[in-house]
Amino acid sequence: MFNTEIIVKSLPMLLQASVWTVVYSLTSVAIGFCIGTLMCAAGLSSSRLGRGVAAFYVSFFRGVPLLVQLLISYYCLPLIGLNVPSSVAAVGTLALCTGAYIAEILRGGFLGIPPGLIEAARMVGLSRAQILTRIEVPMAVRFTLPALVNETTMMVKASSLISVVGVLELTRLAQNIATSTFQPLEIYLTAGAIYFVINAVISSAGTLVEGRFKAETAR
Amino acid sequence: MAEEKTPNSRPIIDVRGVWKRFGSAEVLKGIDLQIKKSEVTCIIGPSGSGKSTLLRCIAFLEEYSEGEIYIEGELLGFSLENGGRRRVSDAEVDRVRRNVGFVFQQFNLWPHMSALENVAMPLKLSRGMAREEAARRARAMLEKVGLGHRAQAYPSQLSGGQQQRVGIARALAMEPHIMLFDEPTSALDPELVGEVLQVMRDLASEGMTMAVVTHEMGFAAQVADTVMFIDHGIIAASGSPNEVFRENANPRLRQFLQNYFERNVFWQGSEGAAAP
Repeated sequence: MFNTEIIVKSLPMLLQASVWTVVYSLTSVAIGFCIGTLMCAAGLSSSRLGRGVAAFYVSFFRGVPLLVQLLISYYCLPLIGLNVPSSVAAVGTLALCTGAYIAEILRGGFLGIPPGLIEAARMVGLSRAQILTRIEVPMAVRFTLPALVNETTMMVKASSLISVVGVLELTRLAQNIATSTFQPLEIYLTAGAIYFVINAVISSAGTLVEGRFKAETAR
Repeated sequence: MAEEKTPNSRPIIDVRGVWKRFGSAEVLKGIDLQIKKSEVTCIIGPSGSGKSTLLRCIAFLEEYSEGEIYIEGELLGFSLENGGRRRVSDAEVDRVRRNVGFVFQQFNLWPHMSALENVAMPLKLSRGMAREEAARRARAMLEKVGLGHRAQAYPSQLSGGQQQRVGIARALAMEPHIMLFDEPTSALDPELVGEVLQVMRDLASEGMTMAVVTHEMGFAAQVADTVMFIDHGIIAASGSPNEVFRENANPRLRQFLQNYFERNVFWQGSEGAAAP
């Protein structure tokens, strides 16, 4: 009944597709982290415009379902004359979406930084941008690492949604194999296991980094 | 470096009629002071008197509300135009105060960097120094404050006194013309105060220009060229340690010193030891 042969046969293809899943999700988290940092800094700045932009950005990308965002970008970009590959549009949308969440995660971290650390940086002549990249971001990441790792695993899972806009990745390939072999259960179980392993690796990496950070503060 | 030490040259810090208000609270009410090259000025006074605020205004960590502060002849933080003043850019503030070093009560070391990185990073970023050169200078500065052997330690692995000495090394590495100390020993356990004061004494004897907000009257009496007593936002007394600690009859100052000595005398009949 349970066909293990089909699993063994399609595993190499599924693993190949999972590489794309990893590439798409980690790329979007990396870009989203930069967006999130900027939005977070803007949201905490003294500029009223900056705060307004950040507030609108966060409320839009948190308030609209990711699937709808993907469909909008899929149908809208060609309309405004932007003919980018669907994979690029999809990664861009994922990045914008996770950027909104990362901005909110980092905000808590930024607020936890003692103001004296920023004053010390000002007194040795660091620019605002240098303070952001050398003091604020590293410290905020240390404060919020578990939440950031969590967000990354969420994005690995959310990347399955981009199959809807025709981008080949793990879920999309699993669908293709499932419909051609009529063995959906085996294939989706395998795909699920692969997602699980990817996220297990990400979580362990997070724990490792957390341990390194702890070493800095251990007496 | 080759500059002559002329005691009557242009002051390094020139504060003229400075007021600072937080909302309706007036913290500084018309402060005038000058600090000349190689002078050590100790600023004493009760808590809430405005002495830390004054130091923070001189570093432009606080914007002063009124008056003028000149650092080596350049107006700090503002430009004067048609009778008014305009806040200058952060970069311009940085330029004017680039020769001002600041040491904080709470040390304010960056916890995610080792002692060495705390000192070397600013050299790389704001002085554009190459990596190895910055590391070499940083190591030399840590040696100077007696912490060469702790260069790789993170701040959390250092005692308060050691952290403050790293804080001093970080400021010194920038080769400041003046060092501002904001209650540098107030956050320290009593047995750690001495090592920090020793570093500051050494600096003073090397001719560093210093302004020190402190509760350490012994340090002020021994090291200061000028002691200023700030009370309710004004300089209520100023002069040599002898003038301020012995001769000045200002009742607020006498009361302040009386309180200080009572707190610090714990053995009956040791009045002689209590005098500065």
